[in-house]
Amino acid sequence: MNNLSAWERMEIVHNKNRPTVNDYIPAIFTRFMEFHGDRLFGDDAAIIGGIGFLSDVPVTVLAQVKGKTLDENRRTNFSMPHPEGYRKALRLARQAEKFHRPVICLVDTPGAYCGIEAEKRGQGEAIAKNLAEFMTLKTPVISVVLGEGGSGGALALAVCDELAMLSNALYSVISPRGAASILWKDGSKEKEACEILKITAEDLSRFGVCDKIIKEPDGGAQSNPEQTADSIYEYLVDAVARLKTVPADKLTENRYKKFRKIGMFTE
Amino acid sequence: MDIEELFKVVKARFTDDSHNSPDKNEVRDVEIPQDLLFKCPRCSNVFYNDEFVNNRKVCPKCNYHARLTWQERLEMTADEGSFIPFDENLHSLNPIGFPRYEEKVQKCASDCHTNEAIVTGECTIRGYRCVIGIMDSHFMMASMGSVVGEKITRAFEYATQKKLPVIMFTASGGARMQEGIVSLMQMAKTSGAVKLHSDAGGLYIAVMTDPTTGGVTASFASLGDITIAEPKVLIGFAGRRVIEDTIRQRLPDDFQSAEFQQDCGFVDMIVERGMMRRRLSNILKLHGFPKERGNKPVKNEE
Repeated sequence: MNNLSAWERMEIVHNKNRPTVNDYIPAIFTRFMEFHGDRLFGDDAAIIGGIGFLSDVPVTVLAQVKGKTLDENRRTNFSMPHPEGYRKALRLARQAEKFHRPVICLVDTPGAYCGIEAEKRGQGEAIAKNLAEFMTLKTPVISVVLGEGGSGGALALAVCDELAMLSNALYSVISPRGAASILWKDGSKEKEACEILKITAEDLSRFGVCDKIIKEPDGGAQSNPEQTADSIYEYLVDAVARLKTVPADKLTENRYKKFRKIGMFTE
Repeated sequence: MDIEELFKVVKARFTDDSHNSPDKNEVRDVEIPQDLLFKCPRCSNVFYNDEFVNNRKVCPKCNYHARLTWQERLEMTADEGSFIPFDENLHSLNPIGFPRYEEKVQKCASDCHTNEAIVTGECTIRGYRCVIGIMDSHFMMASMGSVVGEKITRAFEYATQKKLPVIMFTASGGARMQEGIVSLMQMAKTSGAVKLHSDAGGLYIAVMTDPTTGGVTASFASLGDITIAEPKVLIGFAGRRVIEDTIRQRLPDDFQSAEFQQDCGFVDMIVERGMMRRRLSNILKLHGFPKERGNKPVKNEE
């Protein structure tokens, strides 16, 4: 299980039976209720936002929604958010700060949506704003990459105090297919690109991006969704307990340092 | 008529000795002198290069503001002799062991006479002191890797400490995929540095130049207190081809232009190159920064 290639993990992540946030949210949180809308344009079904209890702690949950059927995926746009999705997330994150609730982000997206409307409504600006605002949010932020962490569309929910990844999850600056089509003008070489890009949880731990790998059962999360949900739950309870004791100023200082030190260069 | 056609006709006329008109095939390969003419990528009109350069590399016909090297931008922006560069000795490593990456960076560095795709430093503009960053699209399409991210972050941190305004001339193809996830993290890092500068009361002016796209649009480039764009430049998140592939239809020509972004509400004002120094210095004056020295005009200033 530990020796799977990035490509093999990608096949596990793309398995249509892999649990989504629709499975995890009821399994991990109690009394969860969803809040809709960014108060500016509309509501984006690609991101669920809401509040619930994690054990006995009220938390805000922001989760990217993959569907299992074509109908579900049509509704959630294959988990590719529009700007209003990111703006809803920011609105609810600020509310979390106001009411001293930790924020739990569940990341699972191929990337932010690329389309005319998304451009017109400022996809770039929406993501940028999240990066900046989450950096100084005075409440704990914990992100868990469940399946795909697709570039800026994932990062917009992953400026956090701690980033965890399920053991088969991937997180990349560009999709392997996209990289292959740029590098070799041939999208079908995505398997090769997949290995070159260094996108597994273990790779990301080495870069200081991933702080915790949550082990999936053999065969991947889909072989035992309950057990996977339990593992995520245990990690979150532990992380929230640790981070809640850190004073807000120290928390944001540490968060900035976490990202500040990432980069490889000589001087 | 495009340049190749024009040259073919000219060459055909010169070689016509009136006995037998030249076979078209003989003059198919014509050499166009590299530095003689400029063909505008927007309107396809052709001009003498001298005319184009004297017009600050702005298309005389359609007003497209073409890409500049960092040296040209600096010369047009900063007061002469005022620029003090930062971090000229940072050099990128190869985080994911990407094939031939070091080679490529080194070649760009020697071609562009700078260590990386952004030049940062401190200067005065018409006497007003600021921290400045200039991205150069000739350097790997000014993609953002570790060094670009670090230079931007340090520039903002320095400005925060010294209570200086920051002016960033942005241009980029986005995050530098050759550095893998490390390049994505530069988006968070630079955005964090902008936020801390902003929270400390700092002024940040983003000047979007051709092309500002991808992970740079989705980070520090979109976080200015004031966002300026040059006329006709490309500004967007996703690449045009990616969108066309997604939606399977052709996009209108002005899609993602500076003017389009202003209509959509993401650009405060579009400023002509010849007016840029005056605009920037006026903004600094309006924010109460002191004038430090005389304002000797730079070459080509209006």
